[in-house]
Amino acid sequence: MKNFNLAVIASLLVLAVSPIMYSLNANAADKETVNSVATLRDATPIDVQKEPNRIPKVVNKDIKQGRNYPMQPPVIPHTTRSYEVNKYNNKCMSCHSRHRTEKSQAPMVSVTHYMNRDGNFLAEISPRRYFCNQCHVTQLDAEPLVENTFTDMHSLMKQKTANAKEH
Amino acid sequence: MKKLLMIGWKTLMKPSGYYSLGALVIGGFVAGVIFWGGFNTALEFTNTEEFCISCHSMESNSYEELKTTIHFSNRSGVRATCPDCHVPHKWSNKIAAKIRASKDVWGWVFGTVNTREKFLVHRRSLAENEWRRLKANDSLECRNCHNFDYMDFTEQSDRAAYQHSTALASGEKTCIDCHKGIAHQLPDMKGVEGW
Repeated sequence: MKNFNLAVIASLLVLAVSPIMYSLNANAADKETVNSVATLRDATPIDVQKEPNRIPKVVNKDIKQGRNYPMQPPVIPHTTRSYEVNKYNNKCMSCHSRHRTEKSQAPMVSVTHYMNRDGNFLAEISPRRYFCNQCHVTQLDAEPLVENTFTDMHSLMKQKTANAKEH
Repeated sequence: MKKLLMIGWKTLMKPSGYYSLGALVIGGFVAGVIFWGGFNTALEFTNTEEFCISCHSMESNSYEELKTTIHFSNRSGVRATCPDCHVPHKWSNKIAAKIRASKDVWGWVFGTVNTREKFLVHRRSLAENEWRRLKANDSLECRNCHNFDYMDFTEQSDRAAYQHSTALASGEKTCIDCHKGIAHQLPDMKGVEGW
């Protein structure tokens, strides 16, 4: 019985200490990576006020950018400073709505934006699609903080067929 | 009472029996200068932003909204104050504007827009007043600073350059036709041309 108790205590001790040991080990190993994670603070110590980065400029070239994946909401290629999208107005729609695109030559919002969740078409843009900036965003002229290794489907398929041909 | 008025009238109608003509002319001239100077000073005082936002409704609505726009804070530090856009520079037009603006005093006394809610209710008609004025005078108050002749289209974005070199250059459109809500938030734009 005494032996059993000892075993229990010992095993509990191991259980309690092991996470601490593990984290100590992990800390030592990950110190480099932890400090090199790309953040807006650039690994500035927590007690130091970082000199803020320059605010990058919004891309305003009006050149459509490609989509990275099939369902990506198209990005906005122009500035939208002080564009009002509220319960009174939707500034975006003054160019992109169905009855304004002829005049503005802006891309028309897709028909899906006029559908409610049951698939019925509405006369005006659907309330659930009203806030354009929830999905469509302007782009900044900035270096990405972390490298993006995303490969889109088409590149993958191209690669696959290329590989198949080789073999 | 009628007697008193008659005495005053008779005194005014009598030729001067004591003061020399010169004293009257010079005195009248000096008094005129002082009066005119005082009038203009008072007029100029009502043409300052400080005066405009001394009213609560102007400060907490119009001015607060202006603060977030490019006409308040921008790269070159040139900013527009209330009268730059809302009061004509030409004297006769300025007086006309001031007479029209005396209606605002009525609004102030009776609190027509003394809360945010009331202000929002009136916003469309208030905005329409300004749009109508700017449309009628070919956006004169915009053009007091933004001179078309010195616009460099190559410095503008492609879309801006296109619109300015066609619609604006031909006189088909004036500034306010497109640039609504640039210094304050917009009212409900339902039914407004171009929306």
